Amino acid sequence: MINGPKTLFEKIWQQHLVAEPEGEPSLLYIDLQLLHEVTSPQAFEGLRLAGRTVRNPNRCIATVDHNIPTTIEGRLNIVDQIAARQMSTLRQNCKDFGIELYDVDSPNQGIVHIIGPELGLTKPGMTIVCGDSHTSTHGAFGALAFGIGTSEVEHVLATQTLPQSRAKTFRIAVEGDLKPGVTAKDIVLAIIGKIGTDGATGCVIEFAGSAIRSLSMEGRMTVCNMSIEAGARAGLIAPDEKTFAYLKGRRFSPTGAAWEAAVAEWKKLPTDEGAKFDRELTIDAATLEPYVSWGTSPGMVAPITAAVPNPADAPNEIERKSLEKALEYMDLKAGTKLDAIEIDRVFIGSCTNGRIEDLRAAARIARGYKVSTRVSAMVVPGSQAVKSQAENEGLDKIFIAAGFEWREPGCSMCLAMNPDILAPGERCASTSNRNFEGRQGRGGRTHLVSPEMAAAAAIAGHFVDTRNWPVRNEAAKENA
Amino acid sequence: MEPIRTVTSIVAPLDRVNVDTDQIIPKQFLKRIERTGYGDFLFYDWRANAAGVADPGFVLNDPRYKGARILVAGKNFGCGASREHAAWALADYGFRVVIAPTFADIFFSNAGKNGIVLVRLSEEQVAELMHKASTKPNYQLTVSLEDLTVNDNDGFHAKFEVDAFRRYCLLEGLDDIGLTLRHEKALDTFEAKHNENFWLKAKVVQ
Repeated sequence: MINGPKTLFEKIWQQHLVAEPEGEPSLLYIDLQLLHEVTSPQAFEGLRLAGRTVRNPNRCIATVDHNIPTTIEGRLNIVDQIAARQMSTLRQNCKDFGIELYDVDSPNQGIVHIIGPELGLTKPGMTIVCGDSHTSTHGAFGALAFGIGTSEVEHVLATQTLPQSRAKTFRIAVEGDLKPGVTAKDIVLAIIGKIGTDGATGCVIEFAGSAIRSLSMEGRMTVCNMSIEAGARAGLIAPDEKTFAYLKGRRFSPTGAAWEAAVAEWKKLPTDEGAKFDRELTIDAATLEPYVSWGTSPGMVAPITAAVPNPADAPNEIERKSLEKALEYMDLKAGTKLDAIEIDRVFIGSCTNGRIEDLRAAARIARGYKVSTRVSAMVVPGSQAVKSQAENEGLDKIFIAAGFEWREPGCSMCLAMNPDILAPGERCASTSNRNFEGRQGRGGRTHLVSPEMAAAAAIAGHFVDTRNWPVRNEAAKENA
Repeated sequence: MEPIRTVTSIVAPLDRVNVDTDQIIPKQFLKRIERTGYGDFLFYDWRANAAGVADPGFVLNDPRYKGARILVAGKNFGCGASREHAAWALADYGFRVVIAPTFADIFFSNAGKNGIVLVRLSEEQVAELMHKASTKPNYQLTVSLEDLTVNDNDGFHAKFEVDAFRRYCLLEGLDDIGLTLRHEKALDTFEAKHNENFWLKAKVVQ
């Protein structure tokens, strides 16, 4: 029991405590489990072997996103039989256990972390889990959301609870105004660069400060999405009027008097004045620039105006070796200006940056231009709903006219478990979340950037500082 | 889950920091629907080149470390994706212990559920073990979960800490779901009341 002023995390924690057995982790109630084809089959198998069932199918939702091809032809005829078996296994499991599935032909299909919020399944104050580390995305709504392993997926299916030890709290305040051209993605890349990929291990981060509050819900989701890349268990942002405006009228949002009552409850969630955090960090928003990752870990980032660092400048031997290995894999020389790095591929999409606002931002840069002849570029909307919305706004036409491929929704090249994959040695500007070795395909080289930076790199053929990008209007396009 | 008490084994040194789960088990092996058989794919992209030719420089290809059940690695081991396949692959390959200065949270939890003991030692201690395992032929360690100690025959003695409950589960090989169901009555009571909080329901019944 926590007395006195409480943080957002502590309030959610307390409201979900089923039991606190002496000397054991606490038992936490889980409001919603999201399921997908890759991390669930062994969990259902485990249930069957133990003769157990799903305790609460209404608190589960499933979709296909990781394996699914992103071309119409690819979806109609899935060549990869092992992937196809994984998807048909999910279908059977959902049928057997009574779980709602948004399959490939559903208008609600999409990346699990994109459809949760857009359907209004994700709500402030909830506990949400998924067998996927980027579950932290949902924290943008003030929900405690975290990734779990398959044994835990099985545990939640069977009991709707999870044994959890309480995380430490870490408040990261980004204060002040972002400079024009600096995005949510740049905020989170800067934070990971500053604290490292293990900088928040064991912690739940609460992102706060005026720069975070000024972000749209899409931007907040981008920030929370990458909390895990700083090692955090989850990321949280206090719900506010923007959160409520986003949720109002969504398919699974309450309506009428229930809506008013729900908002009144959600308004109790933000951290109380005087509540204590285990750690705190403040970042001045005005110091941030557009960022590009240059290495093989999301902490290896630098502003676009900088150069590839020199391993000789590393503070210790371990760091130096790690840097040398990264530069060798990335085929980069120390001192190379980031805006001189030429790329072969561009991927705009993923649970980090596959939402409507991301596509609008990329389209604003791409409008009236042509993708460089050296680059192959693709835009993969995060969900069917994002795709329809973008098409209603004519964004698809802007991308197609510029020479981008316009695809069907899925995880796509973020993790290359589907046909979208880098060839060995190919260099990609990617709006996804991980630049690990081989993440986008064996031998592939990933540079993490914002949608704006990715679109500009597609056109220029190398990274450019989008703050100097001449945005073209329709009239200019005709003269281009 | 197999109970685990003491492991004595030669030690494989993996001298890298931030070893992520994409390296431990690359995504192409995540499409299976079974829990077993991942050992052959452990560190796949580091063990062999794109043409499938083994890299003799990689630790698991070095005959000196054949049969190792203890792995020593740099800080933040197991970062990145939540895939439990990483723990399955380590266990299936034969590893029972990983020693590192720090571990990522989700991997930490996954390892415990698959009978893998994660031992946190200081950077200096890990550096010493890394050096010894790399240079001394047939270098062995004994890791005891009962005494919470790591010892060699060459003067290295270290204590480590494991959460008491985690230790109990590993020693007894206990199933987590079974443990939770001890609280089923409390859960029923809690859930009945919690269900009234409609603003915390995913699908609000209108």
